[in-house]
Amino acid sequence: PPTHSHSDWIGPPDKHSNLRPVIFYVPPEESPLERRLREARQENQACNQRFWARHNRAFRQEKEEFIYSRLKAKGLEMRDETGQKATLNAEEMADFYKDFLSKNFRKHMQYNRDWYKRNFTITFLMGQVALARALRWLRWKKKNVQ
Amino acid sequence: GLFVWRLKSAGTGHIPCHFGHLCRVANNRLITFQYFNFLKRMYVTQYNKDLSQRAKPKSDPVVPPFHELQQLDQEKKVIHKISPPSPVHQPWPETLRRNELREVESAAESEASATAVRAEPREDRQWKEMKLRLDELPGILARLSKIKLTALVVSTASAGFAMAPVPFDLTCFLLASLGTGLASCAANSINQFFEVPFDSNMNRTKNRPLVRGQISPLLAVCFAASCGVPGIALLTLGVNPLTGALGAFNIFLYTCCYTPMKRMSIANTWVGAVVGAIPPVMGWTAATGSLDAGALLLGGILYSWQFPHFNALSWGLREDYSRGGYCMMSVTHPGLCRRVALRHCLALIGLSAVAPVLDITTWTFPIVSLPINLYISYLGFRFYRDADRSSSRKLFFCSLWHLPMLLLVMFTCKKSVLDKEDKNDLLGESHGRAMEMRLP
Repeated sequence: PPTHSHSDWIGPPDKHSNLRPVIFYVPPEESPLERRLREARQENQACNQRFWARHNRAFRQEKEEFIYSRLKAKGLEMRDETGQKATLNAEEMADFYKDFLSKNFRKHMQYNRDWYKRNFTITFLMGQVALARALRWLRWKKKNVQ
Repeated sequence: GLFVWRLKSAGTGHIPCHFGHLCRVANNRLITFQYFNFLKRMYVTQYNKDLSQRAKPKSDPVVPPFHELQQLDQEKKVIHKISPPSPVHQPWPETLRRNELREVESAAESEASATAVRAEPREDRQWKEMKLRLDELPGILARLSKIKLTALVVSTASAGFAMAPVPFDLTCFLLASLGTGLASCAANSINQFFEVPFDSNMNRTKNRPLVRGQISPLLAVCFAASCGVPGIALLTLGVNPLTGALGAFNIFLYTCCYTPMKRMSIANTWVGAVVGAIPPVMGWTAATGSLDAGALLLGGILYSWQFPHFNALSWGLREDYSRGGYCMMSVTHPGLCRRVALRHCLALIGLSAVAPVLDITTWTFPIVSLPINLYISYLGFRFYRDADRSSSRKLFFCSLWHLPMLLLVMFTCKKSVLDKEDKNDLLGESHGRAMEMRLP
């Protein structure tokens, strides 16, 4: 993002976590409230990124292992004669999906709770910052008028 | 579980049924049918896109990243080769062209290597400034409130209003529709507010405004409040308190029960079915002011419809649900998923037969609707037995036209208010005659 910009910039989705990274703008006269908001958003981004990157990687890995083990059980190789990767059909994959979901249930519960808390905190802080900015602007306007 | 999954999975949802004045019924039918066909095409393309995305094997993480860069090189080379020859307007002699191409190739190679070092993401999306642009705002808010799904919800509410056995009141109808629409916008916005990281990870939902950072969460919440509060107020004060209460309850059910439950238990589907069943009940209570058996029947029909619709749809999305951590029957209890879908297809037949008993429609309704109800039950049975993608798709697409057709037939078979009045008059007359005979 350009250096003269006064706003946050959001990028393309991350390869592992599918989340879009944000580069936060730090204004020169950042109030403590604004700093709290920015830090909360940065921490939220980091937490989400950590969780989803690890989770998606685990999913891909376990899916590969599952396909490999099933194919071996069927007596097939990972790639057939044409060099194409052998895949299982949806019904065979269903067992894996069910398994993966139940294995990660507790992890998701924990993440959900954290995410909801962080989301509410950030939005509440945003509200406070917006209110503070509005009051500042009104005071500035009043001063200018006078 | 509708607002989200329906539109999410394939722009699904409640079928459009704009019920208007009795005289303009046919016209409205045509319009809704066209709108519905458009939606169907949209569903098909989106659904196909989803399927094709899944058909492609995912990029192997074991493959070294260099391989990906090599592919990038080749792509960039092709691009560069194509673009330079275009400025050549006059026909050049063969040798010169070949020389030029060779030059271009060498230039492209050096450029490609430079770009390879940067290793841009394949999707080629740039960094965007997170500033709200006012000209984009209407589109952003439309997507935030899932405007198409909201339109479908308002249609089902209109269906409830039209089926109520009272004379048609236009202002009441408009107020009820507007209030329901605003409530739906609010609910959908809060839903998206809650689901940002999950939406990012699912193919269907990764282009939503909050995911793409086009709007801040604060603005989303403010928008939801500015839709929900006036919407419910409009329903409570402009229509009647019962409709307002139902609207508020539905928003609560959707945002605070269904949305978190999606990640906790498969019971979310039943809660979602209730969410989908409430709008027609709201339409009915808006017209009559009370919760009659008719309202509950209409709600029951929509409740039952949700199951074949959603279960068939979710059958094809099991991978995304599993990875995203969503607890859906199709992933954890596939047998139950299919059983429930079939059960509710059959329930629709039963509910259609109850309609004339409650004096909502004439007896032609269950007879005329029997073919379509039997057909969807047949597809439900096929889904139950085969449990494969093709049967789930057939059932899903059938559900898309089944509901509007059912509501259409119901409306045309509606017991007219005049008939009832005549009946009462007849009864009154006979009573009068009986009285006369008794008098000496």
